[in-house]
Amino acid sequence: MSFTSLRPFVLAAALSLIATACVTINIYFPAAAAEKAADRIIDEVWQIREAQTQPAAPTDEGAKQ
Amino acid sequence: MKALTRGTRWLSGLLLGGVLAFAVHAQGNLEIDTPAIAALKASMQQRHAQLAPMYASGAIGLGADGTVALRDASVVPLAQRGGLNALVAAENADRAALYREIARANQHPEWEADVRRTFAQRWIDRAQAGWWVQRGGAWVKK
Repeated sequence: MSFTSLRPFVLAAALSLIATACVTINIYFPAAAAEKAADRIIDEVWQIREAQTQPAAPTDEGAKQ
Repeated sequence: MKALTRGTRWLSGLLLGGVLAFAVHAQGNLEIDTPAIAALKASMQQRHAQLAPMYASGAIGLGADGTVALRDASVVPLAQRGGLNALVAAENADRAALYREIARANQHPEWEADVRRTFAQRWIDRAQAGWWVQRGGAWVKK
């Protein structure tokens, strides 16, 4: 069996490995995304202005209030 | 026959690539834009006007479990203590509902405890100077 006939299988196997790894991560709690979501909600509930928060805060939060 | 097998292998590879792309996309953000979450946010935002002076006076503080807790009711005039208890109870009911709704909106109700833990940490980290927060079972003034 030549390498060319094996290549699709090898590629599919590699993809399946990567995909499985990602699906596994998604089953676990996405801590970083949750932190981001918590910060967005806390900004709104506590009405924290842009100047008081970290510079990374999204700019559209202040406009909504 | 051989061509078909190769085609099938490529197709399965492409399908897996699609799954991969979806998983990466789903990983980026948590869904928090639902009507239930918006209503809870609005309710908590309104209540915060009454809670803010209580945080500042030390009557209440931010608990380690993502709730608001009564810390020292004696700084509040006797006549207002009943109202304070009701305020704390209402806030904690909203917070519990918020954590549950976020977990549910993301199709993982079992994440509720993780959401609560994340929020507990962020409420405490972002509390203003002078507010009381619970750390390792003790009250600490920020």
